[in-house]
Amino acid sequence: MWLENGLSWMKDTMTQAVIEAKGLNLVFQTADGPVHALKDVNLTINPGEFVSFIGPSGCGKTTFLRAIAALEHPTSGTLTVNGMTPDEARRKRAYGYVFQAAGLYPWRTIAGNIRLPLEIMGFSKAEMDQRVERVLDLVELSGFGKKFPWQLSGGMQQRASIARALAFDADILLMDEPFGALDEIVRDRLNEETLKLWARTGKTIGFVTHSIPEAVYLSTKIVVMSPRPGRITDIIESPLPKERPLEIRDSREFIEIAHRVREGLRAGHLDE
Amino acid sequence: MSRALPVLSVLLGIVVIWYLASIWMNSTWVYDQAERAGTTISFAEMVPQTMDQERPLLPPPHQVGAELWKGLFGQAITSKRSLVYHAYVTFKGTMMGFGLGIIAGVLLAMAIVRFRVMDMSVMPWAIISQTVPIVALAPMIITVSSQMGIQGRDIPKAIIAAYLSFFPVLVSMVKGLRSPDQMQLDLLKTYGAGQGATFLKLRLPASMPYFFASLKVAIAASLVGTIVGELPTGAIEGLGARMLIGSQFGDPLIMWASLFAAAILAGLLIVAVGFVERFARRRMGVVG
Ligand SMILES: Nc1ncnc2c1ncn2[C@@H]1O[C@H](COP(=O)(O)OP(=O)(O)OP(=O)(O)O)[C@@H](O)[C@H]1O
Ligand SMILES: [Mg+2]
Repeated sequence: MWLENGLSWMKDTMTQAVIEAKGLNLVFQTADGPVHALKDVNLTINPGEFVSFIGPSGCGKTTFLRAIAALEHPTSGTLTVNGMTPDEARRKRAYGYVFQAAGLYPWRTIAGNIRLPLEIMGFSKAEMDQRVERVLDLVELSGFGKKFPWQLSGGMQQRASIARALAFDADILLMDEPFGALDEIVRDRLNEETLKLWARTGKTIGFVTHSIPEAVYLSTKIVVMSPRPGRITDIIESPLPKERPLEIRDSREFIEIAHRVREGLRAGHLDE
Repeated sequence: MSRALPVLSVLLGIVVIWYLASIWMNSTWVYDQAERAGTTISFAEMVPQTMDQERPLLPPPHQVGAELWKGLFGQAITSKRSLVYHAYVTFKGTMMGFGLGIIAGVLLAMAIVRFRVMDMSVMPWAIISQTVPIVALAPMIITVSSQMGIQGRDIPKAIIAAYLSFFPVLVSMVKGLRSPDQMQLDLLKTYGAGQGATFLKLRLPASMPYFFASLKVAIAASLVGTIVGELPTGAIEGLGARMLIGSQFGDPLIMWASLFAAAILAGLLIVAVGFVERFARRRMGVVG
């Protein structure tokens, strides 16, 4: 009996949406009057999806990600993370957040930086060391633990910040233009690595980007947004296979999706 | 060597100007003497007489140097006439005031950053406190503390020194504790970090470079405070007291020697703080 209950509960949680927004509105009160950063946002993100948010500046991508992470609070509508409110989910360590800037502490080594969330969450010393080793390996920075941030290139620093977000096993990874400040070659490599990481860890990823190729290359779902008020104009389910070599970007399918994203972005602009 | 050269040439310049000024200022006395004796004196005869007067208006460098040497090494360092002894008294006061000032500055800064009311109520007073001339305040502090039955000068001196030295620490620490940007604070929030963890893991370490930068200013201020605390009548120990005795008893050589002893002490203290700062920066993984 209890086994059956347990199984059905497991099934529930497995099919349950990781992130679910219904009729979500978020208005900032500013000195120049209210700013409608998110208007009527409806979106469901399922376990293991890789969702990109793309759209012109000011369309509310960051705001949406921050709302998921309970850093902003919606004005109306519902937003659940693993069936909980974002605040509860944060207490359950549901997500790791990666910002555009790596934001590593200069006074800590790379390993020390990765240990930071673990210290705050009260992991044991042995557990911390083991986790640091594991995530350093995941982002291919093994052996760099003892280095200080200034001794690493920008791309390596960003990888370290991803490792930091992975260290405490959150099942949602939120990334706000993580590679926005890096050059194209480094970016290509990190995109490949991000896909590998996603395949290996099975995490649900929310990824903000300004780059159409990046969005199409990485995502299983692309959310196209437009500004004033910030809203979703198109949601594209990618037909691309999970296995994606860089060359896939020259395939017909890829170009078609990219085209549709571009159309979506243009439509959003014409509305204004 | 390349760094020593400019410093040495400036020093040489100062010494030259100093000699010229000594000749000029001390010549008045020489001419007066000559006039009184009814003789006239040539320039070439005057110059040597400005170099070794007993009570020169402005003693030339070699006289000050000799007096300083005598003060430092002419007797046992425990003697009341030893400048080493008086410098030690001043050093002790400076360190006490420095320690007190650091504690006060850091605690106030923590409170100001943590509580908005403290920011609005304490900060203006901290600024006003620094506009009150310490020379006016020092005798009051000494009188009050002796009235409260506090023996000796050590404690009032430390308070005066701390009164000057807490301020640079306070200002720097407030700035340092507030230096983490919104992104870094948000990141800690996503880990579910509370106020305590945010302070210990982020604000405090982020403020350390600011803290160490303020120490050089604070120790200099503390030394000035201590010397001022030794000036009011009644003090017999410390470089401040020596300076006053020198000027009151018409013995400018003692005053100048004490002044230079104070300058040497200040230099040593700043170098020492510089070492501590370098060590701390190295420990925190910052280059340079
Ligand atoms: N804390 C805030 N207070 C007031 N207005 C804000 C705040 N944060 C964001 N906004 C406004 O909300 C809107 C959406 O901002 P958001 O940062 O989410 O855009 P974005 O899509 O991430 O843009 P970008 O691509 O430039 O990063 C903008 O008009 C912005 O000015
Ligand atoms: Mg943004």
